[in-house]
Amino acid sequence: MSGVELWSIADITRRIAAGEVTAAKILTDTIARITERDGELGAYLATDFEGAQTAAALVDAMRSANLPLGPLAGVPIALKDMIVTKGVVTTAGSKILDGWSPPYNATVVERLRAAGAVIVGKVNCDEFGMGSSTENSAYKKTRNPWDATRVPGGSSGGSSAAVAAGLCTASLGTDTGGSIRQPAAFCGVVGLKPTYGRVSRWGIVAFASSLDQVGPIARSVADAALVLQAISGHDPLDSTSLAQPVPQFSESIAAGVTGLKVGLPKEYFAGEIDPEIRAALDNTVAALKEKGAEIIEVSLPHTELALPAYYIVAPAEASSNLARYDGIRYGTRADASDLLDLYCKTRGAGFGPEVKRRIMLGTYALRSGYYDAYYKKAQQIRALIKRDFDAAFETVDVLLTPTTPAPAFAFESKATPLDMYLGDIFTLACNLAGLPGMSVPCGLTKNRLPIGAQLLGKPLDEATLIRTGAVIESALAIGAPP
Amino acid sequence: MPSLTRKEVEEIALLARLHMDEAALARMESELGAILEHFSSIAAVDTTDIPPMTHAVPIELPLRVDVAFPSLDAADALRAVPKRDGDLIVVPAIIAGSGE
Repeated sequence: MSGVELWSIADITRRIAAGEVTAAKILTDTIARITERDGELGAYLATDFEGAQTAAALVDAMRSANLPLGPLAGVPIALKDMIVTKGVVTTAGSKILDGWSPPYNATVVERLRAAGAVIVGKVNCDEFGMGSSTENSAYKKTRNPWDATRVPGGSSGGSSAAVAAGLCTASLGTDTGGSIRQPAAFCGVVGLKPTYGRVSRWGIVAFASSLDQVGPIARSVADAALVLQAISGHDPLDSTSLAQPVPQFSESIAAGVTGLKVGLPKEYFAGEIDPEIRAALDNTVAALKEKGAEIIEVSLPHTELALPAYYIVAPAEASSNLARYDGIRYGTRADASDLLDLYCKTRGAGFGPEVKRRIMLGTYALRSGYYDAYYKKAQQIRALIKRDFDAAFETVDVLLTPTTPAPAFAFESKATPLDMYLGDIFTLACNLAGLPGMSVPCGLTKNRLPIGAQLLGKPLDEATLIRTGAVIESALAIGAPP
Repeated sequence: MPSLTRKEVEEIALLARLHMDEAALARMESELGAILEHFSSIAAVDTTDIPPMTHAVPIELPLRVDVAFPSLDAADALRAVPKRDGDLIVVPAIIAGSGE
């Protein structure tokens, strides 16, 4: 890779503003790369080159007329297919939404367009965001750009693969239990899950409403900061959106880590971790220390309970949210003789195995007589996990952990659903507590598979993640895939 | 916590409005059973006096001002309906055997 596909957002916007290149040319190069590479990679579910050409032409016309350009003017961006796009098919990776053309745009789409972004298409994901490998997409397999025999992670696997392979400059993903950070780690890119409420969920296909957040996946911390800036802020259309000021995230890039207190939660380093990941995290710690950070061991004693708590809370919310797919108002419909039969057959045919499994799990947990033992108990454990973080953040400014216990795995290598869930162990607690989290590449295995370092911050303190992530990135850059 | 029986799996599938064939139900029985068994560790956690956490951030449910504002056009909202008659959504009989 040597051309537009490696340019940063700052490169693109600066060159367009200076008249060195047009948005149309950047788009043409991006389309050529998608056409050339995506057959093998499998990142895109749908492209909207016509809409993208209109957006790029608008940027070029504004430049010619000396009108002010937005912060993402001319930047090619792909959207996870969980994000609703007016007139562009949105499936959430599910057959039950096959061919659905939404009548409105998600707030994040409107904000990206207002910032001048050029939205090139929709990218693959696990069905309804449920999975860690994108293997649960009803449509296609997405390959890891570093090793085509391995998964890109999930559920935002298409987003991460497209960014890593240069098939867009940045992408939006969604993260309910690690679905931005884990695929970012597997594909060697930066993934940032904002604080719950930082970014509007209006127009995001709902999985687990108290956990879902939208965030950027990008090739650098600086790019992630710029995209986050464009999509953040209060939205009256989302009642859980926070009316809090949004800082200038890019100002944190060069702040450094001198005097910053970085916590290492001992529970995240105690279990089974791939030795190469452990070594990469040791390098990360050394790099932060070298740049002036103070490293402090902390304890998050309820860490091991995050997995059961998450896999009760998230399916419970999903079982309620996905009740809307009934074959009546939109989506696919099965032939049936009466209404109950219609519901059961439509949903039986339209949902894939993992989605059914989670709906079943959630329905079980919410059943009369079981609610206290499962759902209420899990919500109480969630409170304990949040307390752990609150206590840790009295001592430290940011937490550092591995993003995943192992690097990207081979297709169909997880024998059971539980084996797949266990790989999410390091990313779930962040969502349960509503904290911001980011994965930054911090090394490669000897087989040249990317390794991610995860940073977890205080609520609304994405700026410290960006500041810390930028230092890790500059010390331990891994470059682009082959 | 009890392990899952086949009868329970069938009951949950009906509650969840999910048609599954015999093989899928059998698979669900063993998979869900294994998952629930793994999660049984939560029963031993002392959560006395711990209030359940429903949301990650304190949220006061806002009241929308009582003013009409533009919303989705009816034609746009109905465009994706799988089966309709003009502006009406067609559904099969709500009570089995009573027609469309």
